[in-house]
Amino acid sequence: MAAEPTPDLIKAKPVPRPGVWVGAVIVAVLGLGLVDSLISNPEYRWQTVREYLFDPRVLSGVGWTLLLTAGAMVIGIVLALTIAIMRMGTNPILRGVAWAYIWFFRGTPVYTQLVFWGLITILYRRISVGIPFTDVTFFSIDSKLIFTALVAALLGLGLNEGAYLSEIVRAGLNSVDKGQWEAATALGMKRGTVLRRIIIPQAMRVIVPPTGNETISMLKTTSLVLAVPFMLELTFVTNAIGNRTFLPVPLLIVAAIWYLLITSILMVGQRYLEAYYGRGFDGEQAGGRRVRGMSRRQQAILAAGTVKSDPTLDVTP
Amino acid sequence: MNSMTEHVSPPMVDVRGVHKFFGDLHVLKGIDLVVQRGEVCVVLGPSGSGKSTLIRCINEMEQISAGRLYVDGELMGLREEEKGGRTVLHRLKDAEISRQRSRIGMVFQRFNLFPHMTALQNVMEAPRQVKGVSKRDAEQRARDQLARVGMSDRAGHYPAQLSGGQQQRVAIARALAMDPELMLFDEPTSALDPELVGEVLGVMRQLAASGMTMIVVTHEVGFAREVADQVVFMDDGVVVERGTAHQVISNPQQARTRDFFGKVL
Repeated sequence: MAAEPTPDLIKAKPVPRPGVWVGAVIVAVLGLGLVDSLISNPEYRWQTVREYLFDPRVLSGVGWTLLLTAGAMVIGIVLALTIAIMRMGTNPILRGVAWAYIWFFRGTPVYTQLVFWGLITILYRRISVGIPFTDVTFFSIDSKLIFTALVAALLGLGLNEGAYLSEIVRAGLNSVDKGQWEAATALGMKRGTVLRRIIIPQAMRVIVPPTGNETISMLKTTSLVLAVPFMLELTFVTNAIGNRTFLPVPLLIVAAIWYLLITSILMVGQRYLEAYYGRGFDGEQAGGRRVRGMSRRQQAILAAGTVKSDPTLDVTP
Repeated sequence: MNSMTEHVSPPMVDVRGVHKFFGDLHVLKGIDLVVQRGEVCVVLGPSGSGKSTLIRCINEMEQISAGRLYVDGELMGLREEEKGGRTVLHRLKDAEISRQRSRIGMVFQRFNLFPHMTALQNVMEAPRQVKGVSKRDAEQRARDQLARVGMSDRAGHYPAQLSGGQQQRVAIARALAMDPELMLFDEPTSALDPELVGEVLGVMRQLAASGMTMIVVTHEVGFAREVADQVVFMDDGVVVERGTAHQVISNPQQARTRDFFGKVL
């Protein structure tokens, strides 16, 4: 092939932006000052931070925090799926109950809800199963046996989370094109199969990113379970040590380091989940890793024509 | 049924006086249509004439408002019960409707492939989930169906990596994998770029030649001339004219039919 004549390429100087550079220098100086103070200010007591970072009580606190986060998210996700499907159905009672649940649990502070769950054994001394508004009772049990501090904390966090997640799930399910329902049902699949095999896997692409955010948010919300009171998780434990030793700042730093570390791990996990549920949408090879950038991915999603162009538009009613 | 016809197998599709309302909108106004086994029926007509609604009623994507609809002699979507000399109608359960649908393949204007599955997985999905076919058998059958539509070399591709024509061919393979007795095509080439229409029509032609019973809603008059045993012209919710392609397209008797083909040909 004959070499084409090379055109005279443009080599122009970029527009000078001195203001941006002045700003950058100011920010850099402030940042360095902060780092300097972290190192030089003895009040941070980094030696104490190091001492308590792997303290058995702190490690146990980390474990309980992880357990609360995971447990509350599992309760939240199961509830969210149920509530979202109830709200999308045709039965007016199921829809009404779903709506009321979301209305109540999103409309009150999680702290208030946790205090409430802590007091539930006083509010209901015994839990009975029977027919409402009659004396008919099938069985009855002391409520303290059911609502331990851990159960109260998990229920409080999980029920609250379910209300938020159900809106995310609903937006995800709605984002899947109704042609997918039609194609699947035309093949003879039943409603449950269609949801499980066709709709939910596609909805996950919309559901996973905000659910990742909710999980990270939940990690920190677990610190509120002292309202129950549940006294084994990370924030409570580090505060207790800090107060007893009169060294609150280093113990706060210990807690912060653990929260940051777990959040970072969760972010990596979230990225893998997003890649998994994004398969088929971003032009990657079958079973292969993602090979193209975000804009191509978005183009492929639109090309597939199975989701609205902006599925996040109706996250909140 | 009298004794004369008792041993004759029923027509594949028998539509009797079917009406369909969407709210106040009267979309189908008393449709009668018989499609025999192995026959290719092409439904032509202007947009909004109710032709898509008609085939969507046949596999119960829409519930009919009046009339009866039989596929292979079986009443669709309803159960008739004699009670004290009166006939009481019951709607069929979801599972029954799913079973009826599983015998009818449907191909959509916008393909509706499952985007999170490869072409092969798309074709395997329904036999696996609906018929409980083993993974190995389902894969073997899926590969056969993909070969039938000329898509063997794209088995591992996701729908987003395929052209419109290729996606539609996979969609046809997906429907065929259920061994349907009847195939419905709802404007299968209308969403395709002109240069991709031919490959899809080619697959449909080949399917017709293999003896499949087909009802095709389309704007492809050429395909109707070439393949159709029966051409039905619909307008405004009624069947205006029916007959062979030659009768309906080349030699229409009704003014509305003449007017339509005068514009499209």
